[in-house]
Amino acid sequence: MSDRYEVRLSGAGGQGLVLAGVILAEAAALYDGINAVQTQSYGPEARGGASKSEVIISDSDIDYPKATAIDLLLCLTQEACDKYTDDLKEKGIIIADSRMVKELPDGNYTIYSLPIIDTAKEKVGKTFVANIVALGVIAHLAEKVSFDSVLQAVLSRVPKGTEDLNKRALQLGYELIG
Amino acid sequence: MAFDYAQYMRPGKLPHIWCPGCAHGIVMKSIIRAIDREQLDKDNTVLVSGIGCASRMPGYVDFNTLHTTHGRALGFATGVKMAKPSMDVIVVSGDGDALAIGGNHFIHSCRRNINITLIVFNNNIYGMTGGQFSPTTPHGKLASTTPYGNPDYAFDVVDLAIGAGASYVARGTAYHSVPLTRLIADGIAHRGFSVIDALCTCPTTYGRRNKLGSATDMLLWFKGNTVGKKIVDKKPEKAEGKIVTGVFRQDEKPEYCDEYAKIIEKVSD
Amino acid sequence: MSEKVVFYQGNEACAEGALYAGCNFFAGYPITPSTEVAEFLARRLPKQGGAFIQMEDEIAAMAAVIGASLTGAKSITATSGPGMSLKLENLGFACITEVPCVIVNVMRGGPSTGLPTGPSQSDVMQARWGTHGDHPAIALAPDSVQEIFTETVRAFNLAERLRTPVILLTDEIIGHMREKFTIPAEGEIEIWDRPRPTVPPEEYKPYDISEGIIPPMADFGSGYRFHVTGLNHDETGFPTNIPSLVEPEERRLMAKITENLDIIEKYEYMEKKGSKVGVISFGSSARSTRSAIAMAGEGGTSVDFLRLITLWPFPSHVVNEMADKLDLIIVPEMNLGQMIEEVERSAEGKTEVIGVNRVDGEPITPDQILEKIREVS
Repeated sequence: MSDRYEVRLSGAGGQGLVLAGVILAEAAALYDGINAVQTQSYGPEARGGASKSEVIISDSDIDYPKATAIDLLLCLTQEACDKYTDDLKEKGIIIADSRMVKELPDGNYTIYSLPIIDTAKEKVGKTFVANIVALGVIAHLAEKVSFDSVLQAVLSRVPKGTEDLNKRALQLGYELIG
Repeated sequence: MAFDYAQYMRPGKLPHIWCPGCAHGIVMKSIIRAIDREQLDKDNTVLVSGIGCASRMPGYVDFNTLHTTHGRALGFATGVKMAKPSMDVIVVSGDGDALAIGGNHFIHSCRRNINITLIVFNNNIYGMTGGQFSPTTPHGKLASTTPYGNPDYAFDVVDLAIGAGASYVARGTAYHSVPLTRLIADGIAHRGFSVIDALCTCPTTYGRRNKLGSATDMLLWFKGNTVGKKIVDKKPEKAEGKIVTGVFRQDEKPEYCDEYAKIIEKVSD
Repeated sequence: MSEKVVFYQGNEACAEGALYAGCNFFAGYPITPSTEVAEFLARRLPKQGGAFIQMEDEIAAMAAVIGASLTGAKSITATSGPGMSLKLENLGFACITEVPCVIVNVMRGGPSTGLPTGPSQSDVMQARWGTHGDHPAIALAPDSVQEIFTETVRAFNLAERLRTPVILLTDEIIGHMREKFTIPAEGEIEIWDRPRPTVPPEEYKPYDISEGIIPPMADFGSGYRFHVTGLNHDETGFPTNIPSLVEPEERRLMAKITENLDIIEKYEYMEKKGSKVGVISFGSSARSTRSAIAMAGEGGTSVDFLRLITLWPFPSHVVNEMADKLDLIIVPEMNLGQMIEEVERSAEGKTEVIGVNRVDGEPITPDQILEKIREVS
């Protein structure tokens, strides 16, 4: 299980985290040509509640599909951050939305507190592309996936006519890390 | 020349299971004559039933016949019709089968307006299991499970069907077998979900317990206690204390399989 | 259609597999975590002239699936525990009338409403014995998105060849999990249709077994008028309660399974030299098992692995042979011990059998299985 790269995207239902997970996994599986598995878990609410989506990326076969030692954790709400940090690896990366997540866990982690939702809202003009901004950040930080693959996967998944908007969101996310 | 019922009967399947004096045989004959009037092709006709006395009818007649589980005939029939919309689908059911255990399927079939004809053999009782009260047993009447009188109130099949959206709704009786044939035939001809409330009698388990007289007395009762819808439309006071028979609704309304065919037409590759 | 690589959810792969097998009818009722099967087929079936219908409840959906199959359609429904409980009534009807159909149960926690969004494998015994009366049962339990596709195709093939309902037993994890998988080119997997009569209509008997144990089945509307009933019936399809006619038919329903094990049974046995411990698992727990066995191997412990793809009929003979060789068999399953009962029965006391069980809505982890392996080796 050593070459597994585990990503968990967490936040509230309705923030598009399942879609973000699918795009990340497709980027790896269909465009980077390595193995990827995406799973999710959610409460009964269609909107709100704590929601998570997980992506395992590996050069070899992926048997156990859930995260056990997380390399990268995205938190878009405080609730998700409180609930889903347990399995984070020592020195693992936390990407947290700087407006929504005020209390970050103690531990030996690399933390990026970034204005993901504000970037979507103010610079792209659409809050609903926060998931794509977050994917831009992830594409910058995650091993095993390239920006180009993520871009291709985004463009193949988003509704027709929104390609430019999403491309811009992804780019802005990528640039949030200096 | 006398009508040849034998052409529609399966040889060797009689005698039927119905008791002497049961009116189900009369309704079966009306259904056969209605099918004959509409000139349905035997190979292209499916008779579906659930469980109960009435539900044994398909076994006697020479069509594609499907005797299913209690209350579920309309679910099976819907599958047949959706998979092969060109077939004529007729469902026969008792009052318990159609309205108690099958009540949900009944109202949703009405709502969906799928082109199926349902004939409810309504004898106010569960006959096959020995005379328990059904959703059409009148208040106060005796049944094996209402030994002190029925505390429940009955469904009006016609009101229920209209309320749920059926586009053809009629009521007839086993005594008036010629009009009943016409009501069933018109239901078959109607494109949409048709419900025919066919009032009949169960002398063995309902009449006997409620002291309604002989099988003949019970049939004759319909003669004196029903009034035609057309008469009531002109003179509403005639309905007083009587059961109204006739056609209660006959509307043009989009039929389910036709609507689905439009979807196929629109999206097919 | 040529081969195509896609990134799909298990439930979508199931629907795609159904279409590959020639499915042209779906009836269902919304229920988590199976709904994506319905949603996928609601989009795709009308595009190819098939029919999708959402019924008023699970019972009617199962009824419609059987009705459609009687007209010659290849039909499927999908549900989860609470819905499966309702479908069992008409599942028995499909068994006794020998109407081919496929029922997908994406298992979730129970009993009752249980854990709607949590995985489980607690419907193993329901799949075998859920509907009342003696009856045949085939249940297939794939463990990957690719295999959900191929096993759905196989479910249709078995249903058609053997004239019997087939249950595809998946769970919330593999139902919702997305993986890369390949839709094979048309013709790559053989597709079977039910045997149809060759005699003229006037000679047709719907349960005539003079040509073999599987009687030819005519379509409603094809000129063969016949009777179908959920009552015990004779070869003509009409009800009978004559003891000498009832029992042979009851036995034949079971014999359709036992005499066709060569096409029904499917498993993977990964035997390691010198191993004293073995694991038997299926579905998503098999994925955890594979990880655990790999980790044990890194530590120098070899472990045998029997992965069941066909759960019912249960391959007792294979388990019995394992029991001859091994000192211990571990049975991980997301329930409180269902398949283990079959394993114990099949092992006939020749080896110790222990379970790894979890029912909290989370999958069994590789570590849980590894821990058990280490305890004993």
